[in-house]
Amino acid sequence: MAEKENTPPINGEYKYGFTSDIPTDYIPHGLSEEVVRMISEKKGEPQWLLDFRLEAYRYWKTLEMPRWAHLDIPPIDYQDIIYYAAPKQKKAPGSLDEVDPALLDTFNRLGIPLEEQKALSGMAVDAVMDSVSVKTTHREKLAELGIIFCSFSEAVKQYPDLVRKYLGKVVSYRDNFFAALNSAVFSDGSFVYIPKGVRCPMELSTYFRINASGTGQFERTLIVADDDAYVSYLEGCTAPMRDENQLHAAIVEIIVEERAEVKYSTVQNWYAGDAEGRGGVYNFVTKRGLCRGDYSKLYWTQVETGSAITWKYPSCILKGEGSVGEFYSVAVTNNRQQADTGTKMIHIGRNSRSTIVSKGISAGHSQNSYRGLVKVAPGADGVRNYTQCDSLLLSDTCGAHTFPYIDVQNPSAIVEHEATTSKISEDQIFYCNQRGIPTEEAVGLIVNGYAKEVMNKLPMEFAVEAQKLLSITLENSVG
Amino acid sequence: MENSLNQYLELIQGNLATIDANAPEALDALRPEAVEALRRFGRLPRRGDEGFPNASPEEMFAPDYGLNITRRPIPADVAASFRCDVPNISTLTAIVVGDSFHPTATLLKNLPEGIEVMSLARAAKEHPTLVSQYLNKLAANSSAPVALNTALLQDGVFIRAARGARLDKAIQIVNIFNTPVAMMAVRRVLIVAEEDSALRVLLCDHSQRADVDYLSSQVVEIFAGKDASVELYDIEESSARTRRLSSVFVRQDSGASFFSTGCALCGGDSIASSRIDLEGAGASASLGALVIASGSRHIDNSVLLTHAAPHCTSRQLFKYALFDDSRGAFGGKVVVRPGAVRTDAAQTNRNLLVGEHSTMHSDPQLEIYCDDVKASHGATTGQLDARALFYMRSRGIPEDEARRMLVQAFMMDVADSIRLDALRDRMRLLVEKRLGGDASASCADCAACK
Repeated sequence: MAEKENTPPINGEYKYGFTSDIPTDYIPHGLSEEVVRMISEKKGEPQWLLDFRLEAYRYWKTLEMPRWAHLDIPPIDYQDIIYYAAPKQKKAPGSLDEVDPALLDTFNRLGIPLEEQKALSGMAVDAVMDSVSVKTTHREKLAELGIIFCSFSEAVKQYPDLVRKYLGKVVSYRDNFFAALNSAVFSDGSFVYIPKGVRCPMELSTYFRINASGTGQFERTLIVADDDAYVSYLEGCTAPMRDENQLHAAIVEIIVEERAEVKYSTVQNWYAGDAEGRGGVYNFVTKRGLCRGDYSKLYWTQVETGSAITWKYPSCILKGEGSVGEFYSVAVTNNRQQADTGTKMIHIGRNSRSTIVSKGISAGHSQNSYRGLVKVAPGADGVRNYTQCDSLLLSDTCGAHTFPYIDVQNPSAIVEHEATTSKISEDQIFYCNQRGIPTEEAVGLIVNGYAKEVMNKLPMEFAVEAQKLLSITLENSVG
Repeated sequence: MENSLNQYLELIQGNLATIDANAPEALDALRPEAVEALRRFGRLPRRGDEGFPNASPEEMFAPDYGLNITRRPIPADVAASFRCDVPNISTLTAIVVGDSFHPTATLLKNLPEGIEVMSLARAAKEHPTLVSQYLNKLAANSSAPVALNTALLQDGVFIRAARGARLDKAIQIVNIFNTPVAMMAVRRVLIVAEEDSALRVLLCDHSQRADVDYLSSQVVEIFAGKDASVELYDIEESSARTRRLSSVFVRQDSGASFFSTGCALCGGDSIASSRIDLEGAGASASLGALVIASGSRHIDNSVLLTHAAPHCTSRQLFKYALFDDSRGAFGGKVVVRPGAVRTDAAQTNRNLLVGEHSTMHSDPQLEIYCDDVKASHGATTGQLDARALFYMRSRGIPEDEARRMLVQAFMMDVADSIRLDALRDRMRLLVEKRLGGDASASCADCAACK
């Protein structure tokens, strides 16, 4: 393509780059048993949770940071991170009026007006700023159905039995380096419990934002769908622009009981660093769902456009007979971004099924990897898996990689994997040009079409945001 | 934890003078660096290490094998050991008994000008510059098993096609184990195909005794010069107690083509790895493998194929049919380096799990650093189509027969891609017989066997 050399690479401005001056409550830098105790004390946690944290911390100390991912991670000084930062609030607000106006303003600038959402969209938004949940809406409505949707710390206080029963059951603190770290210092997150036979009438939504400078955010999300329950959960991320790297190591655990169904959708747009790769969020996340009940279903949908480094594998353990796991992902990397993302489908239950559709788009000098595992345990008869991962390359300096691991230990399984890598064909661009569509628009059009299969899986409200994100990322781009 | 590498390091340390005295200096010169590399590796790969989901070199090398470091001649009845594995094929044959090279009279008589087939020891004397220029340059102690091969290397096979020399007939290297005691063979093949030359090499592995443990450690290095063409066929027809660890390294200059087919029919645990470097523009590589495994056999294949230059093409087709408790693994990585524009790479891995406890581990990978490429891979693992089986049964074909026919059909496209006519026919027959339950897969329909 002749124009290619003359056109700048994709560099859509990060439009959520600002910080708000909300007084923040810090604890000192660094990580030690003392810090873990302090976090636990600040949050007024029971002894069993402190023990859980300490055990995780002691285990974490024995671990080394994993190096197997196709990522170039600069050394992280874990002693130079503030492990807890909570917006200063004396007591939980009873209504929106009690919330700090500056905080509300931040959300407004982000395009998440709480009151509007409460009134108009019918969504329950549990906004997490830094680490403490600030305001939850629609709680009363959900409470009528017996649905619990609250911040994690609140759940620890109000429903300790439930939390204790499920915490760490899907992602043990021994799971990996970042899971151990999170288990030791997790600050807050969301807790969702859908009781037996209840269909959650609205989409539950949480916004995570990293706000205080130099604080890692360590959320912990726990979603439990009891027998025959249904919930669709949305998680969206935007972070203010910042120069130093920020560490984010979250854990999401989902438990799906018999015939229950959970949809988990993410749009991740944290600050990715500037064009030279300075700054940006390190996103090292452990997300895993356990389809424990027979005929349970879990759907992961993710649109990843942000973060300097992403290390994330939303996975399904398909333990129940006939359980279903699906994973749909669009990952866009640009400039110096690096992403190593994918999924794991672990088939243990008979006749369990899984589908994986992964679409990678790399541009600039970025590296984008799909890494996946499909494992069929010896006792899992009649398993079916279909995997498709496509990569689209938008520059000659980026990289697109595929690392699928397929481990079939039961001969009755049917497992398919297909991957392709290509660039946008000149024919397609030419066709658009010919019809008066400028090259840049044509690229946007083609990329959106390419990602459509995944976008279609997102809930309506999210799909709009995700499409907007894609086009922002693709501004000034040419294939 | 057990570390079987130590016994080899001790053996080398204790007998270095003997090993060196019975090998040409050019090979001795490689030894110190290889031993040094082994010490750095510290151990052989184990099951569970990245790239070794099933087979374990550590376990393969653990038994106490004999090594013929004094190069005592092992008598071999060549006619008896190699009767007619490929009937009607006219090849130029050399026999490697254990790891000692024995050319046949026909080979010596019929080699055309420009083509040389000789022992590595002789080549070290006759072509010292070639040997030092090429030997161990690709393998380069890149893994512990390869370094061990180099550290114990005393002889091997040297094949060279001079510039413009083209040989249509295949050069067949017959590897034989026949000792009554457990033996390990350190096999090495160096193939140099200079500019515009053409070579066809057929390697086949046989064990004359089914009741003795053997281990074959094989390293093949192939240099294909500009516009050269190399075909490599690798056929395993040994015994269940013959383990094999083979590493093939290929470097291709511009326009060079490399074609290889591996057939694992009968034998013990087998680990085969290939590293193909497409270094010159317009080079092409085609790799195929056909694996039929039964019992509790482990068969691992891995490929690292690098597109380092523009306009290169690569094709891979690996097919497994796994019976009984057998385990298969395939690890294939295609790397497209920056600047390797117009790359066309395709990789396919298809696996049939026939046995009730058979397992497959497939790991096809793409690593791409260049945008103007067409790269794809596909992997499937499954079983015979129930509808096809039903169709055949409804037409009066017994289930066993129908199954056999379907597996055979599944396997045939690899066999069909073989470019040596006689070998292709032979492979078709062997696959048919192998699937018919004839584990030895020897041919009864040719005059020599009767």
